[in-house]
Amino acid sequence: MTTRTLAVVSAGLGQPSSTRLLADRLADAAATALREQGADVELVPVDLRDHAHELMDNMLTGFPGGKLREVLEKVGRADGLIAVTPVFNASYSGLFKTFFDVLEPGTLEGVPVLLGATGGTARHSLAIDFAMRPMFAYLRAHVVPTAVYAASEDWGSNGTAGGADALTERAARAGAELAAVIGGTAPAVKPDPFDEPVPFEDLLAGR
Amino acid sequence: MQFGIFSVGDVTPDPTTGRTPSEAERIKAMVAIAQKAEEVGLDVFATGEHHNPPFVPSSPTTMLGYIAAKTEKLVLSTATTLITTNDPVKIAEDYAMLQHLADGRVDLVMGRGNTGPVYPWFGKDIRDGIALAVENYALLHTLWRQDVVDWEGRFRTPLQSFTATPRPLDGVPPFVWHGSIRSPEIAEQAAYYGDGFFANNIFWPKEHYQRLIDLYRRRFEHYGHGSADQAIVGLGGQVFMRKNSQDAVREFRPYFDNAPVYGHGPSMEEFMAETPLTVGSPEQVIERTLKFREYFGDYQRQLFLMDHAGLPLKTVLEQLDILGEEVVPVLRREFAVGRPAHVPDAPTHAALLAARNDKETVTR
Repeated sequence: MTTRTLAVVSAGLGQPSSTRLLADRLADAAATALREQGADVELVPVDLRDHAHELMDNMLTGFPGGKLREVLEKVGRADGLIAVTPVFNASYSGLFKTFFDVLEPGTLEGVPVLLGATGGTARHSLAIDFAMRPMFAYLRAHVVPTAVYAASEDWGSNGTAGGADALTERAARAGAELAAVIGGTAPAVKPDPFDEPVPFEDLLAGR
Repeated sequence: MQFGIFSVGDVTPDPTTGRTPSEAERIKAMVAIAQKAEEVGLDVFATGEHHNPPFVPSSPTTMLGYIAAKTEKLVLSTATTLITTNDPVKIAEDYAMLQHLADGRVDLVMGRGNTGPVYPWFGKDIRDGIALAVENYALLHTLWRQDVVDWEGRFRTPLQSFTATPRPLDGVPPFVWHGSIRSPEIAEQAAYYGDGFFANNIFWPKEHYQRLIDLYRRRFEHYGHGSADQAIVGLGGQVFMRKNSQDAVREFRPYFDNAPVYGHGPSMEEFMAETPLTVGSPEQVIERTLKFREYFGDYQRQLFLMDHAGLPLKTVLEQLDILGEEVVPVLRREFAVGRPAHVPDAPTHAALLAARNDKETVTR
């Protein structure tokens, strides 16, 4: 059976964190849909708070230290990514951006991505479309159409429009979209330029 | 095996006094440091090349020519020569001239340079970095080996019937190393020509440089220059020493914490765990440096960064005394133990000349 790896990155700062709560919910939905396709699923949860110092050190020194190095490698090898941030000042948080700023260029090219965001009220939900989507478009990720925003009230209400059931439904739809894209692509195999260098004759010829 | 130092040539305020040396002081300090390197028995002094403040060494051959006149045995090198933004014709001429003046005590480390604006300042585009390094070096390589050159490429005006003068000393071009922090293409380039590969070995964890050096060694063999363990590898390193390691830690910490490259980031302890930086006793430096052979294989050249981050000249000269008297003699002895006979030393002019003459004798 094929094993599909899903990196689940949360930039939540609280412990516990509603951003992590949403990330887990999206991960469950995507994993369920992938299992329905007959795949095994391995989840790689990443809480950026745990790597906050290492991320800033990476900014300053240019290399990822310690555990962050392993995390970046794992995210780079994943078949899909779920990325969830709290909305700060009409955008993703600085911590969230920093993580994607230190990720090696090209890492997310063509990688299926599901976006999520959390905030105090529904007023901030467009941050997904106005801030997150352009960044992931720049990174050439394959972002699925449905993204999920959860405001505080979504965690307590049910039945009514915009309530908990609606959140469950949206998560299920988004997860199914992500699973469909992942299912349609071969498992991630990235060529390693250190194993297979471009022959020098090609470099000399400007190829 | 060769031991030496490499200097970035930064003008940085001393964080413990707030005092910034003048450019004149820093330039003369670099010369004093090079002379001291020879005095304490080191083999190599290499200068950086930069074209923006706060760095002074924009004109490496001027400085190295002056040092050549003040020294007898020291090999003069660069760390690095910008193969991207310099005209390869001028590199061919400048370093051949230096080679004559220094009686062959010259080699070069090629690098691309990572200061964005330097490219447009010299009429180039940083996005062509690799392509520039490839084409410019191909031309330089030809200019040193072929008396009359017809040449055409993407990045400079064509040449018809051009002869770079002076010709290399004894017809033997300066040995070239290629330096890279992260590009497999440059390791491939070094392997293709059978040149040396220099890993700066300062800013990244060893695993990173292991991949580059493994690639270089593997491809060196692929291109028929010898077995992988005969490839010519140079490594950087960074140390600060006092007799008692706690004194070294206490004295170096403010320089580390405020260093232009990594200051205000990780703690010195974290950085020492992640990179080859060693701050401690001479014994600790010896122990750590000897490990490099385990990580990268038997190698040919070890350079240390000693004079950066605002360290005063007096301190740097003390460091060189410790390096030359207590550290390098032990390293020479220990690195020689168990070193296979077929692993070559770092190429010198005399060795390259002898190899060339042997080859001609065989051919005749």
